[in-house]
Amino acid sequence: MSLPMNKNVTPNELLSADDDMPLYEPHKKVYPQRVSGTFRRIKWGLMAFCLGVYYLLPFVRWNRGLGAPDQAVLIDFPNERFYFFFIELWPQEVYYFTGLLILAAFTLFLMNALGGRIWCGYFCPQTVWTDLFYAVERWTEGDRRERIKADAGPMTANRLALRSLKHVIWLMIAWWTGGAWVLYFSDAPTLVKDLATFQAPALAYIWIGILTASTYLLAGHAREQVCLYMCPWPRIQAALTDEWALNVTYKYDRGEPRCSMKKAIDLRSLGEKVGDCVDCNQCVAVCPTGIDIRDGAQLGCIQCGLCIDACDTVMKKIGRPTRLIGYDNDINVQRRIAGKEEIFKPVRARTIVYAALIAVVCSVMLYALLTRSLLDLNVLHDRNPVAVRLSDGSIRNGYTLRFLNKRGFDRVIAIDIDGPANAQIHVIGVDSVTPDRPMIILARDTTTELRVLVTAPFDEKAEKTTPVKFRVTDIGLGEVASAVDHFVMP
Amino acid sequence: MSEHGDIDHVSGHATTGHEWDGIKELNTPLPRWWILTFYATIIWAIGYWVVYPAWPLVTGYTSGLFHYSTRASVADELANLEALRGEKMKALGTASLADIEKDPTLLALARARGKTVFGDNCAPCHGSGAAGAKGYPNLNDDDWLWGGSLDQIMQTIEFGARSGHTKAHEGQMLAFGRDEILKRDEIVTVTNYVRSLSDLSTAPGYDAAAGKKIFAENCASCHGEAGKGNQEMGAPNLTDKIWLYGSDEATLVETITNGRAGVMPAWSGRLDPVTIKALTVYVHSLGGGK
Repeated sequence: MSLPMNKNVTPNELLSADDDMPLYEPHKKVYPQRVSGTFRRIKWGLMAFCLGVYYLLPFVRWNRGLGAPDQAVLIDFPNERFYFFFIELWPQEVYYFTGLLILAAFTLFLMNALGGRIWCGYFCPQTVWTDLFYAVERWTEGDRRERIKADAGPMTANRLALRSLKHVIWLMIAWWTGGAWVLYFSDAPTLVKDLATFQAPALAYIWIGILTASTYLLAGHAREQVCLYMCPWPRIQAALTDEWALNVTYKYDRGEPRCSMKKAIDLRSLGEKVGDCVDCNQCVAVCPTGIDIRDGAQLGCIQCGLCIDACDTVMKKIGRPTRLIGYDNDINVQRRIAGKEEIFKPVRARTIVYAALIAVVCSVMLYALLTRSLLDLNVLHDRNPVAVRLSDGSIRNGYTLRFLNKRGFDRVIAIDIDGPANAQIHVIGVDSVTPDRPMIILARDTTTELRVLVTAPFDEKAEKTTPVKFRVTDIGLGEVASAVDHFVMP
Repeated sequence: MSEHGDIDHVSGHATTGHEWDGIKELNTPLPRWWILTFYATIIWAIGYWVVYPAWPLVTGYTSGLFHYSTRASVADELANLEALRGEKMKALGTASLADIEKDPTLLALARARGKTVFGDNCAPCHGSGAAGAKGYPNLNDDDWLWGGSLDQIMQTIEFGARSGHTKAHEGQMLAFGRDEILKRDEIVTVTNYVRSLSDLSTAPGYDAAAGKKIFAENCASCHGEAGKGNQEMGAPNLTDKIWLYGSDEATLVETITNGRAGVMPAWSGRLDPVTIKALTVYVHSLGGGK
């Protein structure tokens, strides 16, 4: 016989252990059973919400005025722009995404501190799509019992038809998933039309193919293997959790010792202590990762709460209180055993710190977005030569000025300098009618780079370097941007 | 080493049978799909050996079915770049120098191209930032030996100065001392006179009138009566603050004694006309262009 790999081994098994251990973990196919209840309803609702957002968001319009795309969420690679409702980001502003990632991480940590693997159980795309694929499997091939029986028995024409139907529906969902993905990168209605008439770029079809394959493989075939072997979060989560976090827990103080319903009634009538768990295995039957929650907190548990629904159904039937399995922690289990009151501490140092960090990052990002300038200026001083002596003895420094006009229209700006005494400015390639205050046109929604020379009379007593401030002013709107560099006097 | 198939009594796990100083390795094997994926990557790697260069041989290497080489791929990309550049460079070729400077796109293109070419060809003498060195003019300033207009700069780049090209700029600073045209004390006197032209200090008790006379008889024919220079002959302006070889007395004495004849090579024939145009615009836009 071979020994179970991750289970405790009884002394008997130990004695009969031989050398026939497989080189790999044997595959244990999971057949989750249909279940209904509170958590199943929550999961249906969140699944509809998440998929709805994913599939429909590209079609939401947002008016940005003439010449700009009107898609609410758009990643425009050719024009190097990212649009998200009222937000428009340039490649220079990817640091906003850093903020977003920090926010995502802290939100994940806070969820984990409050209610364990809420992300895994309800929001993770792997969970959402696998849940959907399991629903299709139950609808075509039948519930747990039928599927187990069918897998054990011979292949019949009827079975083959049902199984093929399942794969066709899976592939269609996967294909639609890939189709929605590419819509985020181009104008959705146009792309849909192009895709249907085979006018779309090859890259779009390739990406749809890749997403179709990955969705079909991950949600249809890899399923719980993704959570058990591919995902790093269960490992990290275990290190981040604490004893106060609520997790889907089997309340063994109430459940043990397990015995059959009939025996339990007999023993209870004799006044003996018996557990509420009737060992019906319903919690295992509905589990999408195929674990037994009664073994305690474990890596394989994505905490979707379906075992809570399954157990509650049974408890109602046998007339015992529900929530033998529920959101709980080991502290309360121990307190109940000791006859003490349950305590819950959602507000504690850890959650306060996470919430505060989320608030701080949110406000910083909001502030940055609301005060985001639509006219920007960067200055780069010439490195070589740092300063040039002219024939009349005056000193000239060269700079590269980069202007960012983030508005959707061309604008005229004037450049002023505030630097060494009697300094004069000249922009290469621009013959301005106002030589002291050169004016240039910045094309809409783009970056302009110009070479600018600043000349000042030589002054022996002057500092070797003096600060020089470049200020650009939008003639029409009065918007101002400035940047400071230095002027070198050799 | 304990027997394979052993059980760790603390955790109840099966072990791999490996034990080091009492620490046993628990057996936690990977699922089959994982192992098969691992084997698939090995097979994929073998595919690489077959199609790509992989194994060193005595005199060469296995080139693989694709005959891929990084050198060839670089050459391809350079060829593509040249083709792409050709399209854009066409516009530079047809536009006049003045028009290039007025068009922001062409100006940016010319400056980018010019900067690269400058680094490859001009930087050894003029420096990477065109700041020059002793004997090699600084191209950022507004002092030009042969003229600083677009056309004059282009002419100097094309044909050079004293380069041996038939259209090259010619003009000699005579070796007044070596060729015994002036005596040593006359040279010192005229040196002081030249220094006085740009308000530099002069030696106490030098004869200004004699200096002026020597200058008028020997130097003014090229440098002009007032010492303002003459770009036709590449004679520098002696009244400004810019000195190609240095303005101290010793250097000036050396210059007047031995003469100067710096060479700028001719680039026509070595660089194509469009590149020379781009280089001209780049040098002109450094800031000193007239």
